Amino acid sequence: MNHGPLQRESPDRLYTVTGGRGDADADALDSVTLIVSECEPVPGMQSEHAAILRMCVFPTAVVEVSAELGLPVSVVRILLLDLLDTGRVAARHPASSAQRAEGHDPETLKQVLLALQRL
Amino acid sequence: MPSNASEQRAAPVLRAPLATTADNALKIVVVGGFGVGKTTLVGSVSEMRPLSTEEVMTQAGEGVDDVSAVRDKRTTTAAFDFGRITIDERRVLYLFGAPGQKRFWFLWNQLFTGSLGAVVLVDTDRVRDSWYAIDRLEHHRTPFVVAVNRFGPGPGPGLAEVRRALDVSDRVPLVDCDARSRESSRDVLVTLVQHVSGPVRGSAAVPASTSVPTSASTPEDTQ
Repeated sequence: MNHGPLQRESPDRLYTVTGGRGDADADALDSVTLIVSECEPVPGMQSEHAAILRMCVFPTAVVEVSAELGLPVSVVRILLLDLLDTGRVAARHPASSAQRAEGHDPETLKQVLLALQRL
Repeated sequence: MPSNASEQRAAPVLRAPLATTADNALKIVVVGGFGVGKTTLVGSVSEMRPLSTEEVMTQAGEGVDDVSAVRDKRTTTAAFDFGRITIDERRVLYLFGAPGQKRFWFLWNQLFTGSLGAVVLVDTDRVRDSWYAIDRLEHHRTPFVVAVNRFGPGPGPGLAEVRRALDVSDRVPLVDCDARSRESSRDVLVTLVQHVSGPVRGSAAVPASTSVPTSASTPEDTQ
């Protein structure tokens, strides 16, 4: 079955993109954590980093970055942690990750319901 | 590898940006077997054409519950789709279509963690495809509803029969749907959010500053 760009991606390139590091901790960045650029790309920057900074001028979820770069989520997570560590992007974590014990707050559920009913 | 996600990659997608104020992303996961209509359902309600991406598992890490499923591979790849519904200026809901087969377990944790809940999409010709997903959702106490996608010819088995075949509690909502229909797909999501809201509403008497006692917040689908 044809699988699109990711399946054709060379493992060597994935190794290069991440500097050979292994899987980032999935807990550090949720798949829907919103990423926002804190600066502009500069010459000489790794091309994936530059692409992320251009893409995340507006808040962009980790999975959206992954889809648009054509790189697996785990690889994108490593790239994003680089940028986070150096303050070049900010991460807006889902509120649910901080309040899992209590579940989602009633106001959020109400607003979701209203938005769905508007569809 | 079975995947219904790859065809979505054919053309570049113009993704409208979120508002600069967006800061709280929510998740709902639609899980089901191959070809059951997950992508169709997500696409029916999404404000953008569903995007596809992939997650790879490059090693047999901790938490592997079925090493035999991956032993002959160094890498397992799971493709998944997602769409998006803007809720308000701060909240945005992401909808994931995730493969329900056991070998994609590694994708599940990251999608289900913190999610509002899940929709198990069922094809009545292949009810057994849903057993593993339902088992894991119950185990993780993730609230879920079951939606029977009626796209085949003929009426198919009734909901009561499907419920028996799936062996899910009466407290788990079970609905018919047509994943091609925006209204029908929306109604499935509404059913889920109402289901999730139930226990929260039940604890409304608890002061906002107090965490909800476990006894009052036990999800109704916990068995």
